[in-house]
Amino acid sequence: MKILVTVKEVATVEDEFEIEGTEIADQYLGADLNEWDDYAVEEAVQLQEAGIADEVVTVTIGPEDCEQTIRQALAKGADRAVRVWDDALEDVDLLDVEAKTEILRGVVEEEDPDLVLSGVQSGDDSWGATGVSLAEELGFEWAAVVNHLEHDLDDGIASVRRELEGGVEELTDVELPAVLTIQTGINEPRYASLRGIRQAQRKPLDVQTLADVGVDETVVDSDLELTDMYEPESESDVTVWEGSAEETAGELADLLEEKGVAP
Amino acid sequence: MSDVLAVADHRRGDLRDVSYEIITAGRELADETGGDLHLAVISGTVDEFAEKLDREGVDAIHTVDYGEEFNHGVYAQTVTQLYDDLAPQYVLTPNSVNGLDYAPAVANELGLPLVTDTVGLETDGDTLTATREMYGGKVETTTELEGQAVVTIRGAEWPAADGTGDATIEAFDVDVDEDALGTTVNGFEEVGGGDVDIGEADVLVSVGRGIEEEENLEIIEELADALDATVSASRPIVDNGWLPKNRQVGQSGKVVTPDVYVAIGISGAVQHVAGMKGSDTIVAINTDPNAPIMDIADYAITDDLFDVVPALTERFQ
Repeated sequence: MKILVTVKEVATVEDEFEIEGTEIADQYLGADLNEWDDYAVEEAVQLQEAGIADEVVTVTIGPEDCEQTIRQALAKGADRAVRVWDDALEDVDLLDVEAKTEILRGVVEEEDPDLVLSGVQSGDDSWGATGVSLAEELGFEWAAVVNHLEHDLDDGIASVRRELEGGVEELTDVELPAVLTIQTGINEPRYASLRGIRQAQRKPLDVQTLADVGVDETVVDSDLELTDMYEPESESDVTVWEGSAEETAGELADLLEEKGVAP
Repeated sequence: MSDVLAVADHRRGDLRDVSYEIITAGRELADETGGDLHLAVISGTVDEFAEKLDREGVDAIHTVDYGEEFNHGVYAQTVTQLYDDLAPQYVLTPNSVNGLDYAPAVANELGLPLVTDTVGLETDGDTLTATREMYGGKVETTTELEGQAVVTIRGAEWPAADGTGDATIEAFDVDVDEDALGTTVNGFEEVGGGDVDIGEADVLVSVGRGIEEEENLEIIEELADALDATVSASRPIVDNGWLPKNRQVGQSGKVVTPDVYVAIGISGAVQHVAGMKGSDTIVAINTDPNAPIMDIADYAITDDLFDVVPALTERFQ
């Protein structure tokens, strides 16, 4: 069985930051592997270690800068990576779900996996929709927000649990091929070993253009336009205690006594 | 092409709150487009649901008596067929776990733009302006689009519709292609039971990502002991396996309403806040004065938890 994992480098933002137009100014941004994708990679690698998957391939849409982040997934055990990038994607400030779906479809059709794992959402723009949209596009089955996957995958069925709201899980069988969107907590993502990190540098990372994956440049034309970005107005009427840790702890202690909850 | 179609959410015999909120969101849009608000209620005891959903502002309710529980294939096929019938300008679904299991498929199938997890919506009848969050709530954005769209709305952002409506309630004759249903729901399980019920605690000492390492939980346990309080946690702590699931506060965990909730190293993501905003008094200990938890905290200490927590414990020993 072959597993494709969609991964994304996400932007992280410092506590204090400034907005320029519809973007956060560069100097306040960092980069990391999307948290949800880290769990998806781990799940795929575990399936490989269990002898169920023969090959784990990651796919990302991103510029050359993101290769170090993408190699984190290789360091954790994925076999090789595909990175799609194109001049046409360079200045796009909103790559919508439709565009991501079309681009990833090209890669999935080329790779022909039995199972696609993607994160439930990305930590930066949080659309939470690409996995299910991709499944529909491919004619695959799917399940969103999966927090448990049985590692047998017998008879072409993935038995999963979907994490519903309020501490309820839905037990569902999904026919393969399928896209599962993976929720945090499904496993404990490993840290890459030094050996893994060294090996990752030598693993294949194949760069493809839009034309290579059979997608026209017009894919970037979106119906959506990002028109504004701002810091939400705080509705806070919080009382902030100032002073040393002893002083502020003292204020809190007094409050707890006043509320009658301290012993 | 001016109507709005909204889809209700229910589970195990109960309509979820967002089903009433989506009526409000849908009515606001329909007032601007000059169209009707249609509601779809799919699977389960649809007649009973339809009666409850017949609130002020709803023009028509379409019931689909097919199966008991949510199945994304049934929902996707039904909504697509209703769309073909009604040609609405906007299709609204909840941004719930189930909403995200069919709305993207519907948008893709219909070739419509998709905007998810909206917290505000406006339209002038043609241009839709959607407010969304990015970077875990650090910023809000507006996104505009012309014409038709599929939109998912976040729960608890719109008030629930009330009053009694006079909607027409009709069974919608959906043609479900059963061969295309590739998932089977076998049941449900409540998780997070066990020895401790954080929902019963008067005082919760709740810990989040700011604690950094599992061994640091010790200072939280010591504080809870000194206060005779119960330890709870935000999602990352449970995801890491540092505390069991029955300690998790939030959308996918427990909803708690203690007398005092002390949030330690918790940034206050919307999913967490949904589980604790009903607490009587909320105290936040967090180095980031702009963390979203400050929006709902009554008192805050913007200092290092590793200094404040031991000092507090000492006061009660």
